[in-house]
Amino acid sequence: MSVLEVVVRSVAVLAAFLVFPLLVGQTEHKVMAHMQGRLGPMYAGGFHGWAQLVADGVKFAQKEDITPRAADRTIFRIAPFVALVPYLLAMAALPLQRGVVAVDVPASALLVLAATSVGALGTLMAGWASANKYALLGALRSAAQLVSYELPLVLAVASACLAAGTLRLSGVVEAWSPWWLLWQLPGAIVFLVAALAELQRPPFDMPIADAELVMGPWTEYTGLRFAFFLLAEYAGIVVFSLLFAVLYLGGWRGPLDDHIGWVWTLLKGFVIAILVIWFRVAWPRMREDQLQRMAWLFLLPLALIQLGLTGIGVVMTR
Amino acid sequence: MNDKAKSSNKGILPGILKGLATTAKTAVKPVHTHEYPDVAPDLPPRSRGVIALLEENCTSCMLCARECPDWCIYIDSHKETIPASTEGGRERQRNVLDDFSIDFSLCMYCGICIEVCPFDALFWSPQFEYAETDIRDLLHDKDRLGGWMESVPPPPALDERSAEPAEVAAANKPARAPREPSAAREPREPRAPREPRTPREPRGPRAAEGPEA
Repeated sequence: MSVLEVVVRSVAVLAAFLVFPLLVGQTEHKVMAHMQGRLGPMYAGGFHGWAQLVADGVKFAQKEDITPRAADRTIFRIAPFVALVPYLLAMAALPLQRGVVAVDVPASALLVLAATSVGALGTLMAGWASANKYALLGALRSAAQLVSYELPLVLAVASACLAAGTLRLSGVVEAWSPWWLLWQLPGAIVFLVAALAELQRPPFDMPIADAELVMGPWTEYTGLRFAFFLLAEYAGIVVFSLLFAVLYLGGWRGPLDDHIGWVWTLLKGFVIAILVIWFRVAWPRMREDQLQRMAWLFLLPLALIQLGLTGIGVVMTR
Repeated sequence: MNDKAKSSNKGILPGILKGLATTAKTAVKPVHTHEYPDVAPDLPPRSRGVIALLEENCTSCMLCARECPDWCIYIDSHKETIPASTEGGRERQRNVLDDFSIDFSLCMYCGICIEVCPFDALFWSPQFEYAETDIRDLLHDKDRLGGWMESVPPPPALDERSAEPAEVAAANKPARAPREPSAAREPREPRAPREPRTPREPRGPRAAEGPEA
């Protein structure tokens, strides 16, 4: 791989990383508004407020960057990047089409899972370093939630990889066949729910819970650093939606997949992203104990059952 | 876990699906938002936006100013003498309005002035866009109040089977037949003298207290 190719691939991933989250964010603005009988942004950019998030970004860039006096300065300042950068890494490993992936590593499923777990560490660092009780409470809730939901998530991904016989994401897509939709259905449900919890989005936004914890770990952040946390959240939606599409919906598989495979991947991922937005609008926040109960008494057994089911299926068919 | 919690847990799945269905249904329905600054709101004709003055109808009778609970109407007028229209006739006087102002920073939009005006000089207009950055500019003088007349909508149609408006009823009434002169001239019978009333007993202090307590 030449230097030029590395640069081109990096720039492409960075561009995707900056564009797709904004696309999801704008979709959320509009879809949520219409689900609540509103119009959403209508002014910025002229046509149906398409530039609203750009305007928001400009606003964030203009704001003062405040670090609280009692805060742990270094940790406080690097926390947004710790939250943001892992999703960039994860996005680089997601395959869009046969042979189209920024970094094709042998165990890309493992890489993506590991990277997204590091992203959660940023939230924890932010809460701990803020020297604010709400931030700390939010960070602790976040830690408890992430520990609980990491396990079902990993088991669900493991089941898909076991069915494909490879840890490489492009290999999973190659091995995928339509009857996976039924065979891997419990795993897909577990993955979707656990991904929602991992993203800390409603109905799993207990750590942020703005009605009781101000803004959780993000309470003390302003300006661009706060914007980075928001960007990380939406980048997380993109990563998990694409990962869901790749693992359970067959990624680029579809008509003419040699030419427009990437369109299928993005389309499937976009549908999942809309589902994530829809869940946020429709469902109320879960209580802390309900969260834990759901993770340990519902998702984990379901993920284990799926793993067993996959194992039986693999043994029977080979 | 008690029974109540159990029963609420039982219904969790339908509730979740119902939430999804409701939001999806709302998403495909047309929204209710009126894009106000771009699209003028369609207000009912009886909206209380601003009070308009039809200066020609005003006789400076001051009824509105006196009835106003906030004392926010200021009227100044003077009398002018109109020379007699016929030779040897009497000169007439009429009121000329000098100043008619309503202070909308005080007005509470009760509409009593409009109700009380016997000459139909005041009207409600639905126009409401007259916010000012200086509170003193909310004192509208008679020219500005007169300007609002353009925005006064025609009165809404009467309800079905409602009584005729008073003006129409008066116009439709048959003209009075002239009285017969003989009947009018006939002298009345003299009344019987009234018996003097017996004076009331003066009220005791207890009786006077009665209704108050």
